Amino acid sequence: MTIVVNGHEVACEDGVTLLVLLGRQGLDPRTVVVERNGTIVKAEAFGDMGLEQGDTLEILHFVGGG
Amino acid sequence: MTHDTRHDDTFVLGGQALESRLFIGTGKYGTDALIPAVADASGSQVITVALRRVDLGNPKGNVLAHIPAHMRLLPNTSGARTVDEAVRIARLARAAGCGDWIKIEIISDSRYLLPDGYATARATEILAAEGFTVLPYMNPDLYVARDLENAGAAAIMPLGAPIGTNRGLRTREMIGILIEEMSLPIVVDAGIGKPSEACDAMEMGAAACLVNTAIASAGDPVAMARAFGEAVRAGRRAFLARAGRVLDGRAEASSPLTGFLGGQA
Repeated sequence: MTIVVNGHEVACEDGVTLLVLLGRQGLDPRTVVVERNGTIVKAEAFGDMGLEQGDTLEILHFVGGG
Repeated sequence: MTHDTRHDDTFVLGGQALESRLFIGTGKYGTDALIPAVADASGSQVITVALRRVDLGNPKGNVLAHIPAHMRLLPNTSGARTVDEAVRIARLARAAGCGDWIKIEIISDSRYLLPDGYATARATEILAAEGFTVLPYMNPDLYVARDLENAGAAAIMPLGAPIGTNRGLRTREMIGILIEEMSLPIVVDAGIGKPSEACDAMEMGAAACLVNTAIASAGDPVAMARAFGEAVRAGRRAFLARAGRVLDGRAEASSPLTGFLGGQA
């Protein structure tokens, strides 16, 4: 299946969880915040959240700013 | 934190007692590894951060790793051009576990980066109702300030000059009016370029100053952070000490006018 992550199409197998996807992207789940289809995903739900075809994810983190 | 940057009185904001009235930013440092030393030298207890998409090709650079654990995070909504975008960023920042303080920036003017007062007031109302401690970045306009107070802002953050310019307190007169007329704390944000300007704002009665570019763009950011900490402390102390009167049109001797050497008894 294909999902969209930060505007990029990413191919992955059916049923992959958000936690697994973050790991594959080299991301520490404790340092990011995620929106799935416009809804914030609580960090404690990352491991149980199975992704579905066509999902749109926004993965954000904190950067320097004033 | 070094003791010499603490102040004579405490600033309570959003239920937190702050000993330092200097807020600092984390933008524009050549390397984020400088941030711990800057934070320590400044004595600051409040530090701003921004929220951005992770770069999937280069998933590094989380700035939180460089921020001392005792500091209060103040995420901003930079990048927001509308009320909805600012509210979305604020909710994401809170979901990321960074507490409930939020600096609202809503800007659709890309040249001078001036804040949209109407949109900022609407976002403030929404987020204050959701329990955020809302610190809106604003133009120093009395009517906007009143709208922000009515909307539930915890403090207001008028600009001294456009963001990132180091041009100083160009809006000094208007900030003075806000200090005089508003009961909300005034945190001067943006444009302060030198410690003397931060000191001036504090002498006028500002509750605090937020300084990012002036520190980050200095030749020695750590030394400049210390200078700003000292300047803000000095300005606050001077405000509390209440400046003496100004005399125009003549001088007034500071030394006695009698008992001169060789004079009459």
